Amino acid sequence: MIRYLLKKLFYMVVSLFVLASATFFLMKAIPGNPFMSEKEIPKAIRAMLEAKYGLDKPLWSQYLTYLNNLIHLDLGMSMKQQYTTVSSIIGTGFLYSLQLGIFAIILSVTAGVVLGIIAALNHRKFLDTFTIFLAVLGVSVPNFVVASALQYFLGVKLRWFDVAGLNDITDYVMPTIALAVLPAAFIARLTRSSMLEVLTADYIKTARAKGMSGRIILFRHALRNAILPVVTYIGPMTANIITGSVIVEQIFGIGGLGKFFVNSITNRDYTLIMGLTLFYAVILMLARFLTDIAYAFIDPRIKLNSRKEG
Amino acid sequence: MERILEVKDLRVNFKVRGGTVQAVRGVNFHVNKGETVAIVGESGCGKSVTAQSLMRLVPSPPAVTTGSIKFKGEEILTKSLRQMENIRGKEMGMIFQDPMTSLNPTLTIGKQIMEGLVKHQGLSASAAKQRAVEMLKLVGIPNPESRVNQYPHEFSGGMRQRGMIAIALACNPSLLIADEPTTALDVTVQAQIMNVMKDLQVKFGTSIILITHDLGVVADVADRVIVMYAGKVVESGKTRDIFKNPKHPYTRGLLESVPRLDQKKDEPLIPIYGTPPDLIKPPAGCAFAARCKEAMRVCLPNDPALVSVEGEDHRAACWLNHELAHPISSEGGESA
Amino acid sequence: MATIETKQGQAVDPQGLTKADFQKLDHSEKKGEVVVRESISAWKDAWLRLRSNKYAMASLIILLLIVIMALIGQSISGHDYRSQDYMATNEKPSSNHWFGTDDLGRDVFARTWMGAGISLQVGLYAALVDLVIGVIVGGIMGYFGGKVDEILNRICDILYSIPNMLIVILLIVVLEPSMFTIVLALSITGWISMAWIVRGQIMQLKNQEYVLASRSLGAGSGRILFRHLIPNAIGPIIVTLTMTVPNAIFSEAFLSFLGLGVQSPAASLGTMINDALKAMTVYPWRMLFPAVLISLTMLCFNIFGDGLRDALDPKMKK
Repeated sequence: MIRYLLKKLFYMVVSLFVLASATFFLMKAIPGNPFMSEKEIPKAIRAMLEAKYGLDKPLWSQYLTYLNNLIHLDLGMSMKQQYTTVSSIIGTGFLYSLQLGIFAIILSVTAGVVLGIIAALNHRKFLDTFTIFLAVLGVSVPNFVVASALQYFLGVKLRWFDVAGLNDITDYVMPTIALAVLPAAFIARLTRSSMLEVLTADYIKTARAKGMSGRIILFRHALRNAILPVVTYIGPMTANIITGSVIVEQIFGIGGLGKFFVNSITNRDYTLIMGLTLFYAVILMLARFLTDIAYAFIDPRIKLNSRKEG
Repeated sequence: MERILEVKDLRVNFKVRGGTVQAVRGVNFHVNKGETVAIVGESGCGKSVTAQSLMRLVPSPPAVTTGSIKFKGEEILTKSLRQMENIRGKEMGMIFQDPMTSLNPTLTIGKQIMEGLVKHQGLSASAAKQRAVEMLKLVGIPNPESRVNQYPHEFSGGMRQRGMIAIALACNPSLLIADEPTTALDVTVQAQIMNVMKDLQVKFGTSIILITHDLGVVADVADRVIVMYAGKVVESGKTRDIFKNPKHPYTRGLLESVPRLDQKKDEPLIPIYGTPPDLIKPPAGCAFAARCKEAMRVCLPNDPALVSVEGEDHRAACWLNHELAHPISSEGGESA
Repeated sequence: MATIETKQGQAVDPQGLTKADFQKLDHSEKKGEVVVRESISAWKDAWLRLRSNKYAMASLIILLLIVIMALIGQSISGHDYRSQDYMATNEKPSSNHWFGTDDLGRDVFARTWMGAGISLQVGLYAALVDLVIGVIVGGIMGYFGGKVDEILNRICDILYSIPNMLIVILLIVVLEPSMFTIVLALSITGWISMAWIVRGQIMQLKNQEYVLASRSLGAGSGRILFRHLIPNAIGPIIVTLTMTVPNAIFSEAFLSFLGLGVQSPAASLGTMINDALKAMTVYPWRMLFPAVLISLTMLCFNIFGDGLRDALDPKMKK
């Protein structure tokens, strides 16, 4: 178990290192540097700025400094916002994004699992077809369409919710739904198909032959096995929710990481782009790591030394 | 002798794309208290479906089951689902073919044994666990105290099947249905498993229905044999009669395709050529006629009835047993 | 001594049978009785299954219509997608501008189909690049196994564990957005899952008899790979491709949202939606048509892909 986790951690670090290096050299590959375009800056001041950000040193030295800073969790200064460190920007935005993300995860897992079970238990009946249709719709309609439709109908037309901002609890409703639709649809499909598979498994027949009631078969025997594939979806779900948050925060005007990310790209604030990219990567890798651990706890068959499948 | 199970004209139909599969086509048989009845036949002959319909485990729909199954004098087919739950596991236990897949991978063996005990006998968790340990010991699992807390993947195939037997017999049912219990196991383990079942049968007085295509096992443990082909019983009788004096060419074919120790080296094994008929559209006459070496003109349009033949309680469904038929060529067993 | 039991339902009472009825049949007489179901090839079978799936077929037809409209939509609108008309900005749908006009007075109908074409191209090219790289790398991994497989697999593992959307964004920030760079960026990590699928299929297939048989007949590695293994792995490959297209379309739309999509005056559905979003409360119809079309396209691809998977692999059908 320990060896397995260490191996996973090692891969995480290697991946992060690859990503960090890639980010660094990609940013350096952009011709010129961020201060060249701003013509009004006098030469002397530009030189001072370049010295301040270390841009006058040779590339390899900049790279080493960058890596060294990373190890000390120093992501550097924002290039566009005066006197602001990247870490502090992440610090301000993360809280909102995290809250929204957690709400969205709770909503999508609950809705997805419940819908998936309902569909599986009504296999080939109306409720099944209806749920599959909803789920396919959910994975098909891009979340910016969902978000803007919610905003237009519930916010502008019906005036049920504030169109933008994150001031009181009702403001969370629309962004959470917009974020949760895609993962919920995915989980519903996943739960349904794994539930259908489990329901035809031999051990379900064994349980029936023991005289277990439908309820016990469903909850004790079927669901627990059917939920396993859903656990593996935690990683991709986190990725979906991060991608989604970039869009949803922008549309609903929420000052979270996603909004900063969009701004950093439009402003070409390279240090912030790099910092946020790495931060997102760490979150995603942690999510995957947690998935592996959670899976090992739920499925007694996992001996924690087998390689994961493709 | 007390009959605990009486099956009359059992028919099971499955609706599938392209028609209705008549998996079981009018099966009659009975099981006495404490005896072992073997149902043999090729795969797809309806023996497993027959066994599963005894406990109403055949999913319906799509299956439609008709006829009568009387268990201890009560009709099974008209019972409510709730009533069935109180028969399954308590009055009838079942063991399935593949011990690798028939145990729930996410529950410990102990929990899987305890479930039935808690439900049917109202035992407390600790009493049920104690009983589970006893059951594991009875089926010959070493260190039952620690094994009871292990998961199925920590058991070998043979051990898992012992665990299945423990689950099936935990509540001491009067009838044990064993659906190919040894097919998926190593030969050495097969014998052990059959011995465990026999021991427990003596101990508890359980009746056993043994579904198998392994005639060696049948000769060893069964009191009576029912031979099924294409959803029908083609021959039934005491094990001795069936083996010594088979009255249906199919039974004879099954016996000839099994190697025997007393066989001469140059004596070939005789396979049964061909495949069973499509049960969406079963033939009008004898279903075996197309593969039968002895087939006669009468066999194609007319389905033979299951009639008494020589020997106590011995029946066969074959026109060769008709008084007008020519004597069977081999073994000279025909006395008509 | 043979007494006939009349209890058995289907049994025929053999009254009136004569000795002649008990004549032995020879082999040929029995043959006619064997009922054999018509056997059909795997591909034909799959096609029949697909055709009987009315949702999948409807999706296929809608997709074809979308493709046709993407090709001819601009010409039937009577407007050029670039021509601006400052006298007619943000107009509602009318007989002249069927879907209205945008903030520069450009015809939304023409732009929508133009955008659909761009989105479809991005999806198609991304799928093709994934296919080529994935099949080659996956084929090598699966066929050779051993050390080669080990090393390539490690590389894939590491590449795969880097969040792909982040890499895509970084690349496009650096490379400047265009259709080419977007497809390139999407393919950087996109081929990995294809490679794994091909690898898995080949691992599974390569020990089967017919491959051993042709190897023992002296067929070379390349021949075995392309003659035997790839054709058999084609089912899962096609299914993956069908799913790659909508994913790429979605990714492109996401990039557009970040301002990293196809650049003006050309437009993808994503860029149009992003532009329309800013003025959604006032001019909702500008948003409506591209949003519905992108959703419809993705929906049809997903339904068709599901249908294809069920048809090609009936075992996986739920």
